[in-house]
Amino acid sequence: MRVTMTVNGHRMDADDVWEGESLLYVLRERLGLAGSKNACEQGECGSCTVFLDEVTVCACLVAAGQAHGRSVRTVEGLAEAGADGAPGLSDVQEAFVAAGAVQCGFCTPGLLVQTEDLLRRTVAAGAGAPSDAEIREALAGNLCRCTGYEAVIEAVRLAAEWTERGRPAGGPARGEAR
Amino acid sequence: MEFLSPATWEEALAAKSARPDAVPIMGGTDVMVELNFDRRRPAALLDLTRVPELREWAPDGDRLRLGAGVPYAVIVDRLADRAPALALASRAVASPQIRNRGSVGGNLGGASPAGDAHPPLLATDAVVELASVRGVRRVPAREFYLGPRRTARSDDELIAAVLLPAPAGPQQFAKIGTRNAMVIAVASFALALDAGRRSAGTGIGSAGPTPLRAPEAEEFLAAEFDWAGGRPPSPAVAQEFGALVAAAARPIDDVRGSAAYRRHALSVLARRTLGWAAADYRREMAACG
Ligand SMILES: Cc1cc2nc3c(=O)[nH]c(=O)nc-3n(C[C@H](O)[C@H](O)[C@H](O)COP(=O)(O)OP(=O)(O)OC[C@H]3O[C@@H](n4cnc5c(N)ncnc54)[C@H](O)[C@@H]3O)c2cc1C
Ligand code: FES
Ligand code: FES
Repeated sequence: MRVTMTVNGHRMDADDVWEGESLLYVLRERLGLAGSKNACEQGECGSCTVFLDEVTVCACLVAAGQAHGRSVRTVEGLAEAGADGAPGLSDVQEAFVAAGAVQCGFCTPGLLVQTEDLLRRTVAAGAGAPSDAEIREALAGNLCRCTGYEAVIEAVRLAAEWTERGRPAGGPARGEAR
Repeated sequence: MEFLSPATWEEALAAKSARPDAVPIMGGTDVMVELNFDRRRPAALLDLTRVPELREWAPDGDRLRLGAGVPYAVIVDRLADRAPALALASRAVASPQIRNRGSVGGNLGGASPAGDAHPPLLATDAVVELASVRGVRRVPAREFYLGPRRTARSDDELIAAVLLPAPAGPQQFAKIGTRNAMVIAVASFALALDAGRRSAGTGIGSAGPTPLRAPEAEEFLAAEFDWAGGRPPSPAVAQEFGALVAAAARPIDDVRGSAAYRRHALSVLARRTLGWAAADYRREMAACG
């Protein structure tokens, strides 16, 4: 079957989609968007997290046909949404780099999308920076086997601060926040 | 495989009647795992996400009618006051991403004895609304679970909604697992007190072939609870309540825990939720003057 959806603001068609196929497979294997990772295909790891109609979901657990006609935003779309329309990394992405929250990087796309969602619901909505407990709860479905999570939490705190007060001009030197 | 995508409830019921072998898919958090791992190759998938009614909720007499497809995240955010035990259980499900998608209808459709929605539905005497082209019927949750993953739903029926009685007293839910998130329960327990009827409802998860009630524990608590003052239950009462709940379970040994551990865990969960519920009860009494 053919599945048509808006991905990162662009209308895209995927053809010959098998009826039992996941949204994750369509994104990665048919649309060439390999940012969302496939690490478990059973909802356990969160590395395939994307926005589906602006709600975060595990793309491996969405049937492709369920996404037909809907809007999907992947990690690739976060960068596109960066600074004043000019392509660049988003605050959340820069914060992950600055805090050293990326090692092998497999979990990173999912963490970025889930963090983006958390900040949108908290600081960006005027509800203040999320507490550490809120951060941990929001990221409870994203597994990372490298970082031990401390640097990840630090990255989220930093991104929240930038969202609230603006990112320092030029940005901090990479790795500085550690 | 066919992908059926009805846009209305009537179309969905007609499709299920024409194709009883079609597998409904709502949040997909159970169905997609089975497909991804080749555990299931249904002849057809029946996508229910385009049926608006399934995502709605509204009062129905003095009950809350909750559409089968309302995701857990919405129950947690919007319905905690009208469905306290179910909201507590919903918050304990998996992760935010799964709670954004997974639904009570899906929990009932799969009917895993470990499903977190079941104990609250049993404890609060909720009703499951089933529908087909033949009509609508309402089955009490307490009569819905028939055997391991077997329920009162017929092949041509879809789950439309659950009906939740207005809370008439404190409700609690607790679950044991290896982590605070992303765990299928080793054991779970829900307790609902009804101050008007002076009765107690219970629900046990993950400790039997189906979700279970503990009727003897319910009767014992109804007789022993201090309905006039909400005094904390004596250690002896709490102990006996826990023992009766544990005795009602029919657990097995499996990878998540031994039968003996599950019984022990249930007695602890029962005592704890009773303590919390009694404290809530006193707080509600104080608030009402
Ligand atoms: C990583 C992970 C963690 C999980 N953790 C938990 C947990 O902590 N607690 C828990 O309880 N569950 C957990 N689950 C299981 C799952 O999320 C729940 O069972 C959820 O309620 C399923 O809802 P759904 O809408 O996604 O169902 P789906 O996957 O869409 O469907 C599940 C079943 O119900 C049927 N169905 C769905 N809707 C209807 C309907 N309206 N009428 C008739 N049949 C229907 C389907 O055909 C299927 O058999 C977890 C799953 C994953 C992947
Ligand atoms: S690949 Fe989807 S959650 Fe792991
Ligand atoms: S950085 Fe390797 S899994 Fe997280």
